[in-house]
Amino acid sequence: MAAVASRPRRINFVTAFLWLIGGGILLIAAIGAFLTLTKGRYSLENWEGFIVSGIALGSVYALVALGYTLVYGILFMINFAHGEVFMFGTFTALFVARFLNDAGMIASQPWLAFLIVIAVAMLVSMTIAVTLERVAYRPLRGAPRLVPLITAIGASLFLQYTARGFYGSGVNAYPEFPPLQGNTTILGLTIRTDQVIVTVAAVALMLGLYLFVERTRTGRAMRAVSEDKDVAAMMGINVDRVIQITFAIGGLLAGVAGILYVQLFNQVDFFMGFLPGIKAFTAAVLGGIGNIVGAMLGGMTLGLLEAVAPFLLLDGYGIASPNQLKDAIAFTVLVLVLIFRPSGFLGRKENV
Amino acid sequence: MTALLRRSLLFGLIAGAACLHIGLVGMIDTFQERTLLDLRMLAGGAGVALGFLMPLLAIVIVANRAVARPAHDDAPAAPVPRLLAGLLVGAMGGIFLALLAYISDSGVASSVLVNARRPLATILWLGMEPGPGTILLIGLGAVAGLVGAALVVLPPLITRSLVVAGLTVLLFGLLEPFLSVILRNLGLEVVEELVYARGAVQLPAGIALGAIAVAAVVGLRSGGGVRRRTGQQLRGNRATLVRWALLGLALVLLLVLPNIVGRRLSDVLTQVGLFVLLGLGLNIVVGFAGLLDLGYVAFYAVGAYSVGVLTSPASPAFAPQLPFWGSLPFVIILAVIIGLMIGAPVLRLRGDYLAIVTLGFGEIARILVGSAWLQPYLGGAQGITPIPAAEPFGRAPESIYYPILAFCVLAALVAMSLANSRVGRAWNAMREDESAAEATGINTTVYKLLAFAIGAAIGCLAGAFFSAKIGTIFPDSFNILISINTLALIILGGMGNILGVIVGALVLVGLPELLREFEAYRLLIYGAVLVTMMLLRPEGLLPSRQRQAELHEGQEEEAGEGDEPTAPTTREPREASITP
Repeated sequence: MAAVASRPRRINFVTAFLWLIGGGILLIAAIGAFLTLTKGRYSLENWEGFIVSGIALGSVYALVALGYTLVYGILFMINFAHGEVFMFGTFTALFVARFLNDAGMIASQPWLAFLIVIAVAMLVSMTIAVTLERVAYRPLRGAPRLVPLITAIGASLFLQYTARGFYGSGVNAYPEFPPLQGNTTILGLTIRTDQVIVTVAAVALMLGLYLFVERTRTGRAMRAVSEDKDVAAMMGINVDRVIQITFAIGGLLAGVAGILYVQLFNQVDFFMGFLPGIKAFTAAVLGGIGNIVGAMLGGMTLGLLEAVAPFLLLDGYGIASPNQLKDAIAFTVLVLVLIFRPSGFLGRKENV
Repeated sequence: MTALLRRSLLFGLIAGAACLHIGLVGMIDTFQERTLLDLRMLAGGAGVALGFLMPLLAIVIVANRAVARPAHDDAPAAPVPRLLAGLLVGAMGGIFLALLAYISDSGVASSVLVNARRPLATILWLGMEPGPGTILLIGLGAVAGLVGAALVVLPPLITRSLVVAGLTVLLFGLLEPFLSVILRNLGLEVVEELVYARGAVQLPAGIALGAIAVAAVVGLRSGGGVRRRTGQQLRGNRATLVRWALLGLALVLLLVLPNIVGRRLSDVLTQVGLFVLLGLGLNIVVGFAGLLDLGYVAFYAVGAYSVGVLTSPASPAFAPQLPFWGSLPFVIILAVIIGLMIGAPVLRLRGDYLAIVTLGFGEIARILVGSAWLQPYLGGAQGITPIPAAEPFGRAPESIYYPILAFCVLAALVAMSLANSRVGRAWNAMREDESAAEATGINTTVYKLLAFAIGAAIGCLAGAFFSAKIGTIFPDSFNILISINTLALIILGGMGNILGVIVGALVLVGLPELLREFEAYRLLIYGAVLVTMMLLRPEGLLPSRQRQAELHEGQEEEAGEGDEPTAPTTREPREASITP
């Protein structure tokens, strides 16, 4: 970085332009929030609803974001096809859930059925993630940086349209699990049960991953490889194996995330990996890519923003159907974070 | 020996997976419609259909790869074990196909796997009873595997002849609808009737075509020495003369093409032309300046929508109703401004972050254009319609072809002169090492912005012609797939190479447009092409020499340590790490 020390002085006008844009967007957001709140169109219950669904959605994003962050932490590449691993998780869940539904198991033993669905989906997602690494990424280690990125885009397309060929291009309805329907009351708040389950499951998995990386031997090996592959190899760590495990963990988490996502939205289609994938990547960057706690924070933040911001920031201006623009908000967050603070909440400065 | 066995078992599984993939994706069903080779002379009413051929071709390729390289600890195996290995791989592929046929026939999985239905089983069993059909299927798989292995074992000349002959017949069969039209338009009905019957190549004609192709290849090979010598003599003025003559010939051919090929093919040509234009623009950003832009569709949309707003009488808020050509300068200026506005914020980003941010811009553009918020200005989900045609060319593909061609040539000339200028050299330096380029006094800010601006201008032209040609625009026409499509064709053709862009567009846009059945599998194939190209030939089919050097730099050093499982990679930047 020392070689480009003179950079800020040279592109001063660009920096000024950037800050102008950034400041403008913040100002617009602040005025929008003020206008919305003074108008008082939404009651306190409305806001509570937005926040709770934001947290549930955010925990799903966080699970997917962990896959991006782990891989980026070790290989410095954006695994563009991770959203498709997630998507295949949902399709597997659909397949198994329909089968179990036809067999009557969802009605008789819903929890066992749910666990079976999760297990199979995790397995399939993990297999895809590991195969992807072996076939598409491993031969390219050490190639110029854009090469694996383009491969990843290609793999993503391939998986997407494989799913379209396998399952058709329509939107599939996902069977309902009776115990997940209805509402639960926690601390005086009435919340949809599936949202509670999704949040609890996601947080538990994140805790588990944190402990795994912190406390186990494999976790230590992962950290060592992400610090310095060469030295790690010299210390007797099988780098290829560690990378494989990383992809496997990312795949497992994406599989679970897929199931949790369908619990919230109840529909499955071949294109559904794209947006959650990009958003989860945004979450990973927001939290500081390569940082596990950061991915969780980023996921929650993005989920909340997506659920609350269209109403809070845009409704005040009288924009028609603000919810339509929630994806645009997510992408704006992505762009702003990458431009102004590419190291995210918890990333190191040199991550840029 | 055991190594070879293990390898062929592994590749047998791969062949099986490939066969299952091809079948379940639905390619077998879809492509069964197209008969390639008419075998009426041999067996009553039969023919070789593409659908059934596909898994067999996959088996040939996999079996070929399985026996091509000897395993690590194994001396190059003798021909016979290799052939047996190929047979094994093929038989395993056949077994998987048979499995697929049984699953499809029973219909157990058809509630989720939409293609695993009875018709697939009928095709796979060749319309026979399950028993003999299965045996035949496995047998054919084994034969395919044997062929794949034989291509390694046989002497190179025979192998090459076989491959060339096979590919020629395949190509003639695939392109039958167009070749027959072209032959008729040229007044060569006799030839057409001789070669084709019932939409497929006739057997004798197929054999003749294969033989001609082989003769051409062998002839070229033996004449190669002479050619090389004359190539050396053709230095200086004469070489440039020859080059210009060839270029002129190509241009004349391009000018008369719509009259030869008919309306449908002209439409495909204009389609290809639009993507050549897009490709040339993106090539400046990605291929020359090395800035991976995944939001290039934004400029396409800017071009299309600004033409829509400026020319259409139905533009919702502001409708000056300019003529197409009158709107073009404003469109280009607007696109350049937007190019600079997108370029400025991302100046400090490198590599993959740049890709993601531009992707974000592209998506924001699409969402905003289609939103209810901007509906009073841009028409929202209904889009803008009608958009007047680019008079005097109208909308007919045979005529709108000419302005598109003209702008393609113009863009190619601009790109070529830029590549060989000070600007092009600055881009080269920047692409290879930004910090070093900056240290040598190249103002990277200016050159990056320049790349974005020129790329934007060319991309918006494509959008402008798109809207004038179609006459109506919807936000859905401007999704990320356009960006990916353009990127894929640049990569296939060879990044940084103008001829490569044209070849890439012909292959990736032209072929799928020609072969309607491919339409559904277009993006699947793009994905496979992107991955395979990056793995096998990252510099593309027609690489620019410089790019090739860059992508293969450091390969010698890697070769030494390549096979070690934990070969340390020294070229990766140490930037991020996992910190819980």
